[in-house]
Amino acid sequence: MYRYDEFDAQIVKERVAQFRGQVERRLSGELLEDEFKPLRLQNGVYLQLHAYMLRVAIPYGQLNARQMRMLARIAREYDRNYGHFTTRQNIQFNWVALKDIPDVLALLAEVEMHAIQTSGNCIRNTTSDHYAGAARDEIMDPRPWCEIIRQWSTFHPEFAFLPRKFKIAVTGAEHDRAAIRVHDIGLHMRERDGVRGFEVHVGGGQGRTPHVAALVNDFVPEDRLLDYLEAIMRVYNLHGRRDNKYKARIKILVNELGPEEFTRQVEVEFAAQRPHEKIDLPQAEIERIHAYFAPPELATKPETSDAFEAAKANDKAFARWARINLHPHVTPGYTSVTVSLKPIGGLAGDATDAQMEIIANLAETYGQDDIRVSHAQNVILAHVALDDLPALYAELDAAGLATPNESLITDLIVCPGLDYCNLANARSIPVGQAVQQVFADPDYQEDIGRLHINISGCINACGHHHVGHIGILGVDKKGEEFYQITFGGRADEKAAIGDIAGPGLKSEDVPGALKRVVDRYRELRSGKDELFIDTLGRLGHDPFKEALYAAD
Amino acid sequence: MPLIKNGAEIDDIWAYVDGEAELSEGGCFTVPLGRFLAEASTLAERNTQVGVRLAPDDDAALLEPYLQQIQLIEVAFPKYTDGRGYSQAQLLRRRFGYEGELRAVGHVLRDQLFYMNRSGIDAYETSRADLSEVVDALKEYSEVYQPAAGGRVPVFRKRHGS
Repeated sequence: MYRYDEFDAQIVKERVAQFRGQVERRLSGELLEDEFKPLRLQNGVYLQLHAYMLRVAIPYGQLNARQMRMLARIAREYDRNYGHFTTRQNIQFNWVALKDIPDVLALLAEVEMHAIQTSGNCIRNTTSDHYAGAARDEIMDPRPWCEIIRQWSTFHPEFAFLPRKFKIAVTGAEHDRAAIRVHDIGLHMRERDGVRGFEVHVGGGQGRTPHVAALVNDFVPEDRLLDYLEAIMRVYNLHGRRDNKYKARIKILVNELGPEEFTRQVEVEFAAQRPHEKIDLPQAEIERIHAYFAPPELATKPETSDAFEAAKANDKAFARWARINLHPHVTPGYTSVTVSLKPIGGLAGDATDAQMEIIANLAETYGQDDIRVSHAQNVILAHVALDDLPALYAELDAAGLATPNESLITDLIVCPGLDYCNLANARSIPVGQAVQQVFADPDYQEDIGRLHINISGCINACGHHHVGHIGILGVDKKGEEFYQITFGGRADEKAAIGDIAGPGLKSEDVPGALKRVVDRYRELRSGKDELFIDTLGRLGHDPFKEALYAAD
Repeated sequence: MPLIKNGAEIDDIWAYVDGEAELSEGGCFTVPLGRFLAEASTLAERNTQVGVRLAPDDDAALLEPYLQQIQLIEVAFPKYTDGRGYSQAQLLRRRFGYEGELRAVGHVLRDQLFYMNRSGIDAYETSRADLSEVVDALKEYSEVYQPAAGGRVPVFRKRHGS
C-alpha cells in the first residue's frame, strides 16, 4: 500500500496545525459558526444531533494493522468504544468533542491518516473496488490511480469551493464493485492498443434526483487523466448551479445541459489547455506510486488446500461461511475474506475498539497486513491463504465477526438515520434490524442468494436505497414514519435507479411485506441460480408489487 | 478597507464605480466587466488607468484581448463559499498570461487566502484578517500537490529532482 514520504507527512502535519488554529479561533469567538462551518466540514467535522462527528478518510478503503489499531485507540479514548465504517469507505466517530479533534488528527497523522476533504463542497475521498489488487477478475489495479487522484485533489486551490460535494470512484475489473456509475465521476480502467486509460462517466449520483452517470469519454489515456479531470472540474466549478443546494450537484448540470452539450464543453476546455497548463505527471512519479501497490509476495501454494477442504467437511458452519464470505483471489491457494459487520440485529458498519484490534491482529497474522473497507460497510482481508481459513474463522467467530452473509439479504446497507443524523426524516437502524430478523435463518438466506437491500432514512440517500435491488426510503408524513419500497436498483456495471413500488408502509409492516416479496421470488425464479434482480428483470415488477401489498 | 499585497499593507488608489456613473478625471477606477467591454475604446483614451471587477458569473475569457493594457482585475467573492473566482484567476494567469494585479474583494477571509494565492491572486482587500494573519495564512503549507497559477513547484516534481 502507499506510504507517505516526507512531503506527504509534512502536508498532513501542517493540516493538523492549521485546523488546530481554526478550532482555537472558533472557540475564542473570532470565527463565527457560519464561517467555521465550511472549514470544519473540509476536515470531516459535522455537528450532528447529539455531538460533533469526525469522519476520517480511508483512501480507497485500504489500511494496515497499525492504522486500524489507531482507529481502535481513538474509538476507546475519544468516542464510546466504537467506530462506524461508511458507504464511502471511511470511518466516522460520533462522539468526539470539538476541542479534542486537533489531538485526534495529530494521532491520525502519526499513522499516515487524515480527515482532509471527507466532507464539504470539495473533492472527497476517492473510492474503489474493495478487492483491488486481489480479485481474480481484475484487469488493472485501480489503487495507484486512486492515490494519484488523492494527491492531485488534496487542497487543489481551484476546486475547494465547488457548488456541492464531489465524489470520484475508480474500478479496474469488468464487474463494477465500486458503483462508479452513481458517482460524480466514475472511472473504469481500460486498455487500448497497449495503452492504459479510463472510460469516463460523469453525473451519476443518488440523493433526491438520482441519475446514472453519462459516458463522457470512452478512453482517456492515463497520462492525460488529471488534465481531463481538471477540464471536467472547471466546467462544473464555473457553470454548476449555486442558486439551489438541491440542484448543485454535477448530475444536474449534466442533465440540464444534456450529456452531449456537457461533453462538448468539457472537450472544448480540455482542448484549450495550453502546454504549460498540462499537469504532465512525470512517468517516474507514475511508476513510483505504482510500485507501492506491487502484489504481496505470497508463498506458492496449490489451487486447493487439504486443510481447508477437511475443515469444510467437518464443520457445517465453517463450510457455510466459506461458501458465502470468500472472493476468488488472483493467486492460486489464496482468497479474499469478508469480515461481516452485519451481525443479525447489530448496527451495520459498526465495529468496537476490541473488534478493530482483533481485525488488526488477524490482518498481520493471516492477511499480509492489508485491510480493506467496502462500500457495503464490511471489512475485507484481501490476501489470505486457504490453509489459514479454519484458524482465521475460529478467531473471527469468537469475536462476533463471522456472520456468513456477504451480499446476502441481511448484508444491508443502512444509514445512521434519525437515531444519529440531523438530516434524517425517519429511523433506519431499527427497520434494518427488523428486516434482518425475518431473514435471519442461514439456510433461508443462502437459498435466497444475492439480494441487496439498502435503507436510507431520508431523501439524501446515504443508505443508497436507489441502487438496492430492494430499496427502503424512510419518509415523514405528518409526524409519522413511512417507508417507500423501490425495486430494481443496482450499483454495478448495469447500474439502474429503482422504481417506487407504491404507497409507503408503516415500519412494523416492512419486514412482513419484504418476506412476501422474497417468497414470491422463490416461487417464480427459473432456478436457484437466477438472482432476485434477474427474475425481476425477466418478469417485471408487478408480481412483486402485488406480493408487497398482499396483506392489505 | 485594508489592502494587503506582497506581505505589506498598501494604500489603495483605486475606486470601484458601479453602474454608469461618470469617471472623474485623474482617478483610477475599476468598473464591471460589461461596462468595460462596452466602453473599451473610450476608456483606453483616459490618462489614468481603468481596471475591471469580475463578478462570479462573468466570463474571464472576454478580457483576453485587453490584458496587456489592464493593471488591475478585481475578482469578487460576494460569498466566500462561491469558488468561481478561483477558476477565473487561474484562467487569467495561466491561460491568458495576465501579469497585472489580481485582487480578491468581497467576503475575503483568512482561510481562503492560501487558495487564492495559489490561484494567482496577489492582493487581498479584507477587514477580516490583519497583516500578520495574512502572512501566516500564506505560509500554512510548505508543499503543494498540484501545479497552479501561483507557480509553486508541486511535490511530484520535487520528488524527481526538478
